[in-house]
Amino acid sequence: MTLLDISMNHFLILSAIVFTIGVFGVFLNRRNVIIILMSIELMLLAVQINFVTFSVYLNDLTGQVFSMFILTVAAAEAAIGLGILIAFFRNKESIDVNDMKAMKG
Amino acid sequence: MIEAIYFYIFAAVLVISAMMAVSARSPMTSVLFLILAFFNTACLFIMLGAEFVGMIMAIVYVGAVSVLFLFIVMMMDIRLKKLRANMIKHLPLGGFVGLVLLSELIMIFKKWNISPEALKSVASPMPDTAVVSNTQAIGAILYTQYVYPFQIAGLILLVAMIGAITLTLRSNKKFKKQDVSKQLNTKVEDVIKIKKVKTGEGI
Repeated sequence: MTLLDISMNHFLILSAIVFTIGVFGVFLNRRNVIIILMSIELMLLAVQINFVTFSVYLNDLTGQVFSMFILTVAAAEAAIGLGILIAFFRNKESIDVNDMKAMKG
Repeated sequence: MIEAIYFYIFAAVLVISAMMAVSARSPMTSVLFLILAFFNTACLFIMLGAEFVGMIMAIVYVGAVSVLFLFIVMMMDIRLKKLRANMIKHLPLGGFVGLVLLSELIMIFKKWNISPEALKSVASPMPDTAVVSNTQAIGAILYTQYVYPFQIAGLILLVAMIGAITLTLRSNKKFKKQDVSKQLNTKVEDVIKIKKVKTGEGI
């Protein structure tokens, strides 16, 4: 199904912009673990937009199926990442990345 | 024409809320802007005709993942002054890398054309939306053609659940509990000691 004025390239460029914002977020918030996790979610969101766009414009359902698997993996990774953060925060009371150096070397 | 307006509105709000999510003052604001970004993406998907993925995103991303983030952010007392001090220092390098990445991706995506052969060799063609709804069409291939990835996704979720429980489970030492295996494994020497006592003397 194609829309009248919006071609596939519009969606692809939108996905590229969101991905870049995610990468930029990791660069900017190097010390704040929660924002890093959120930037990873943004990058996965951009990839999902890409997959669904190709799925719609190529008339192929595989892209949407894979997009749901990306969703599954993103949710699992967010849960585990936040679990590690909580287990760490209990002992250290800080979410600074520079404080997480117990396994140094 | 009207669809173009909708696309630009959703896309603009998505980009702005993504930008605000990575650069907001408090993590709570970041999470709320992330929720807005997820909602706008779901709206874009529904506009494209992939309404199942859009609804699943609204349920799972907004309803579960973002709520998890909100719980964590609200439970932890985060001091932000130290963390934001170095943000300005990293801005030029991050901006440069972001710009290079964005320009490369836009150079590729601007010229992307679909070849006619690609349209013919499609793994699972989309049936006509008037006859079969999107949900039905995805269901038809998800449990037949993609059943192995489906089961593996279930295993991934199981592993994530086990991992999350293992990481955060704390044993509660306030209550005394009966530990049957410990009771059964006690030896006589640990509990009773026989001392020879002379008559007239104590221990």
